[in-house]
Amino acid sequence: MRSISFNQIQSKNPLTNMYLGSFLLAISIFDVLIYAFFNTNILSFLPSKLSTFLPLVLGFIGLGIIRMEYSGIAILDKLNKNINTNNFNALLTLLIIFALIKATPPSLSWMIFDANISGDTKEACTGTGACWTYIKVWFKRFMYGMYPNDLHWRINSAFILVIALGFVGYFFKENMKKYLALYYVIIYPIIAFLIIYYLISGGSFGLVWVETGAWGGLSLTFIVSFFCLIFCFPLGMILALGRRSNLPAVRYISVGYIEFWRGVPLITVLFMSSVMFPMFLPEDFFMDKLVRVIIAITLFEAAYCAEVIRGGLQALPRGQYDAAKSLGMGYWKMHIFVILPQALKLVIPGIANTFLALVKDTPLIFVVGLAEIAGMLALAKTNPKWLGFAMEGYIFAAIIFWIICYAMSKYSYNLENKYKTER
Amino acid sequence: MNNKIKRIIPQLLTILFVVFVFGFFTFNAQVNMDNRGIDFGFGFLKQEASFDMQFTLLDYDGQDSYLWAYVVALLNTLLVSFLGIIFCTILGVIIGVARLSSNYLIRNSAAWYVEFFRNIPLLLQIFFWYYAALRALPLPEGAEPWFGVTYMTIKGYYIPAMIWQNLNIFMYCLIAAVVSIVFIRTYAKKLQEKEGKQLPLLYISLAILIILPGLSFLVGGVTLNFEIPVLKQLATTSYIYEGGVRLPPELIALVLALSLYTSTFVAECVRAGIQGISKGQKEAAASVGLTPNQILKLIIMPQALRIIIPPTTNQYLNLTKNSSLAAAIAYPDLVLVFAGTALMQTGKAIEIVGITMLTYLSISLAIAALMNWYNKKIEIKEK
Repeated sequence: MRSISFNQIQSKNPLTNMYLGSFLLAISIFDVLIYAFFNTNILSFLPSKLSTFLPLVLGFIGLGIIRMEYSGIAILDKLNKNINTNNFNALLTLLIIFALIKATPPSLSWMIFDANISGDTKEACTGTGACWTYIKVWFKRFMYGMYPNDLHWRINSAFILVIALGFVGYFFKENMKKYLALYYVIIYPIIAFLIIYYLISGGSFGLVWVETGAWGGLSLTFIVSFFCLIFCFPLGMILALGRRSNLPAVRYISVGYIEFWRGVPLITVLFMSSVMFPMFLPEDFFMDKLVRVIIAITLFEAAYCAEVIRGGLQALPRGQYDAAKSLGMGYWKMHIFVILPQALKLVIPGIANTFLALVKDTPLIFVVGLAEIAGMLALAKTNPKWLGFAMEGYIFAAIIFWIICYAMSKYSYNLENKYKTER
Repeated sequence: MNNKIKRIIPQLLTILFVVFVFGFFTFNAQVNMDNRGIDFGFGFLKQEASFDMQFTLLDYDGQDSYLWAYVVALLNTLLVSFLGIIFCTILGVIIGVARLSSNYLIRNSAAWYVEFFRNIPLLLQIFFWYYAALRALPLPEGAEPWFGVTYMTIKGYYIPAMIWQNLNIFMYCLIAAVVSIVFIRTYAKKLQEKEGKQLPLLYISLAILIILPGLSFLVGGVTLNFEIPVLKQLATTSYIYEGGVRLPPELIALVLALSLYTSTFVAECVRAGIQGISKGQKEAAASVGLTPNQILKLIIMPQALRIIIPPTTNQYLNLTKNSSLAAAIAYPDLVLVFAGTALMQTGKAIEIVGITMLTYLSISLAIAALMNWYNKKIEIKEK
């Protein structure tokens, strides 16, 4: 147990201490609250310097009085144990509480009370707070880019179809389970590509052609990250196997590839795809900018993917390899039926993290002129009718990305825990 | 025999494939360049660059060559990375330690800090700081001084410039101080191993570090003056600060965003490192009779650093690579100046993008090599 220290005010009766301490603490918090919300200083009769620091001092003394080894009052003990173990902790606790209280009213009034959301023009925004009208008016642009307004259902239905197809694997019958990998690695990407190509691009089945230049906003973020993920995964798998191969030529080429792509920033890769790549293609061969960007990001992410999968391959005990070999399995048979199923299960969280990084990297395609959400924000920001709302735009985009990424990171964390217990 | 063929064929096929891809691309590039009348070569590096840069560390103007522009831009990139690494380390260590605090509020604030800054794309953060937050700063004439002599304005952060005389002597003294500290440290270590004596190393090092450069001021004729920025009126409504150093808002936004973003990853590395040491280590050290300071210095830190440093270096590397996002807010870094402006002017796409990628690649590989060497050095030597 803790030794008795002089900064701990001892008393025979813990209740007296508790009432006195809580009273001081309550006064200090009350003062800060009143000051933050109603802008009136109840201690204004004191000299200005003193009235600024008095709540801190009062709260500090209050916490000091409350602090005791064991009081028998559950809530007090919990408080002491969690936020009030010593002077330093008490001070930090107070500072955090005060900072939170101080920051609440201005942010609340900016985001909600003084904000505007009605109307359709800039003139509707008269308050001093945020202008959510701007977000409301531009919402469709932020989601779908310059895609024609009356055709948005095509993007929506394409996404719904692709997601639904992604869940098909869950309903496979037991005897079909062996084709699951085949489905996800080969059939699913092809179907998804066809759906997105024919539905979003159009051009046949009576659908109007919409060129990729008009695609944009958040939907483009999803399209790019989706394709990059499904293409970079098989490529990464091959590279990981190549890096672990005992054939020197294969190994060195894989290592060279992986180290090269991991060593350069994505932005230069995108520059490469937009200015250098067309030079490498045959003369009369035209490749869409979006396709080039997707290829570039895929090649880039495949290197990261390969390293993640290699981690899984290395984590398998040697015995697995030996056992498979002793059964007379060849290289491919061993990997497909024994090694990869186990290794891939191990790296699911790692892959999820790679995908998270990928989603966070996609706004970068803005630098080569594709108007995904960061690009649409830049466009909206410079629109003469809507000048001066950069803050709202970036906060909106940040919230959207934060929700997506936070959900994904929590999901990958759950997966990690799930597979940790199984081994 | 059969086995040998089995080994050779896949290798041959892979090499053939790679050669074919490279050959195909080179052939196409050749044809395309012939058609457009571009020739391949690095002669352009000597030509006059004829563009200006907003912010440079070395003297540069439009009459200098592309090569010099490359060097200056590379230095700008390295400056951002350097500042970012320093700030993200400081922040990351504080947050990482705070995440392990016994205080519920501190622990959770730190956790939310990490969750918040880690899950927003870096580009958006840079844009937020540059286009939204820093644009809300006052104009030069309305700026309140910070610490009396620095001014944070919409046009950048004005800080006093240091004007040195005989800077080289000061630098020699500094180097001499560092070298002598290293010597004393090795000597002290030997002394301790041989005779068990302990020198007050910290005080000795501090004293040397202060006294030697201090002497240079008294004896060596080194002087240091500060040039404080002064407000100057250019036109009726246009003001500017003269003198001092201006840190452009692009640099500030970039360093802020990079260090906030990367600090979350560093914090996680630090946390993992500290958590990775079992409690028994501390207890064993205490039972042997080491003081808390010695436990931290001799037992905890060496082991924790072994876990912390490799992933943290990786994060530094990421930060350096991410600094290329500077191009999005027009900070004159390598990508903007070289792969942007210079490429537009010369049209040498292959050469310029190649040089840019190789530059980043060599930085990465150099740091990776350093890391491997360090890892070998600190790795637990098992018999």
